[in-house]
Amino acid sequence: MTIGIVSYGAYVPRYRIKVEEIARLWGDDAEILKKGLMVHEKSVPDLDEDTATIAVEAARSALARGEFDPARIGAIYTGSESHPYAVKPTSTIVAQALGATPDLTAADFEFACKAGTAAVQACMGLVSSGMIELGLAIGADVSQGAPSDALEYTAAAGGVALVIGRKESELCALIEDTYSFTTDTPDFWRREGRPYPEHGGRFTGEPGYFKHVTNAAKGLLKKLGTTPEDYDYAVFHQPNGKFPTKVAKTLGFRKEQIAPGLVVTKIGNSYSGSCLMGLAATLDQAKPGDRIFVTAFGSGAGSDAFSIKVTDRIEKIRAKAPKVSELLKNPVYLDYGQYAKHKGKIRLA
Amino acid sequence: MSVPRFWRSLGSRYNLEGTHCTECGEYYYPPRDTCVNCRRLGKIESYKFKGTGEIITYTIIHTAAEGFEEQTPYALAIIKLDEGPSLTAQIVGNPKEVYIGMRVKPVFRKLGEDGERGMIYYGTKFVPAEA
Repeated sequence: MTIGIVSYGAYVPRYRIKVEEIARLWGDDAEILKKGLMVHEKSVPDLDEDTATIAVEAARSALARGEFDPARIGAIYTGSESHPYAVKPTSTIVAQALGATPDLTAADFEFACKAGTAAVQACMGLVSSGMIELGLAIGADVSQGAPSDALEYTAAAGGVALVIGRKESELCALIEDTYSFTTDTPDFWRREGRPYPEHGGRFTGEPGYFKHVTNAAKGLLKKLGTTPEDYDYAVFHQPNGKFPTKVAKTLGFRKEQIAPGLVVTKIGNSYSGSCLMGLAATLDQAKPGDRIFVTAFGSGAGSDAFSIKVTDRIEKIRAKAPKVSELLKNPVYLDYGQYAKHKGKIRLA
Repeated sequence: MSVPRFWRSLGSRYNLEGTHCTECGEYYYPPRDTCVNCRRLGKIESYKFKGTGEIITYTIIHTAAEGFEEQTPYALAIIKLDEGPSLTAQIVGNPKEVYIGMRVKPVFRKLGEDGERGMIYYGTKFVPAEA
């Protein structure tokens, strides 16, 4: 059964803070951090932006690029670890803002940084079963890092929306297959009502990120009988630049394959948007026939791997919405005080 | 603002939904059920505005109303939509860059919230069209 991506849209807030500025406040060595994390700056939401507004902007971009009737969307799933409401779905706000209501199902997903790809898989299931015609999967976050925590250097904001469908003539990329690897691994969590997540420090590396990404990637390669050389591009979840670079090398992917999708250096880790942002940046430049290997990771922990093949239609739709590189133009840099205000770290009363 | 009052206007706040009289061609935002030109002869249909328009005039808010204090200074503008009607909305970004005649396009933003426990109000603000 053919299934794939009908359209995609990305959104990154205009504000940025540089690693130097955060390091200045906490007395850290910015050069060591930049080299270690391979992150130079990260995106910061505007005062009136949150996961819902970012999800809507990304979804509207996908709608503009795909030029389809929003009433055809049968399911909207928004993955995030920073939904604005604890109870009240982000996805209904997105559905209303797209004009997709009321003939659809909707729910919110949460799985640390891979809630967006979990939403993609759910849409794939509904679309391929024939229950719905089009599914909208979104990964969006305004992620939180506690002041002076290592996460503060990377926790960023952004979102990506993918429209999943099965009508071959309207697909810009085929999803050849997907494979997931999931275990109970307490590498990162946030308890109910707490503003900032806790993490296991170095424990998030080997037992968390590397174990799951490697196993999901190997699992999919085995399932399909493919090797890294069969792919033109690869995208791995990007909590920083170092992890995806290292895991790509371990799996046998070359630097050139991951380069177009390695957007973390300028955006930071947009959590549920992170891996999908890499995919969006890769789709922005991929040619018909190119194959893209994508592996997301979410702490807690699990990995979703996808094998994607770009179709001729990509050339027709690509320019109808902003590319990731265009979203990164004209950033407005904030100092730490302004950043703290944007992130609600300053309590006025 | 009460929850039902906001909910009733979701369409016009999120998606700039207004109305259009097919008899005389007049567009209305916010939506009107009766055409002021054609009165009982008017034929009103719902209409979703493109959202692009031009700043007719603006003011820069330095002393904001409750809930907007953190955003000062910001620009509040009267925007003439391309189809004709005008509306008042916040212009996102540096208020010093705002000018009369500036082309703008809509963005989806948080308009406000009823404190930490209440509802979050979403809707349309505008940004420079070239941004």
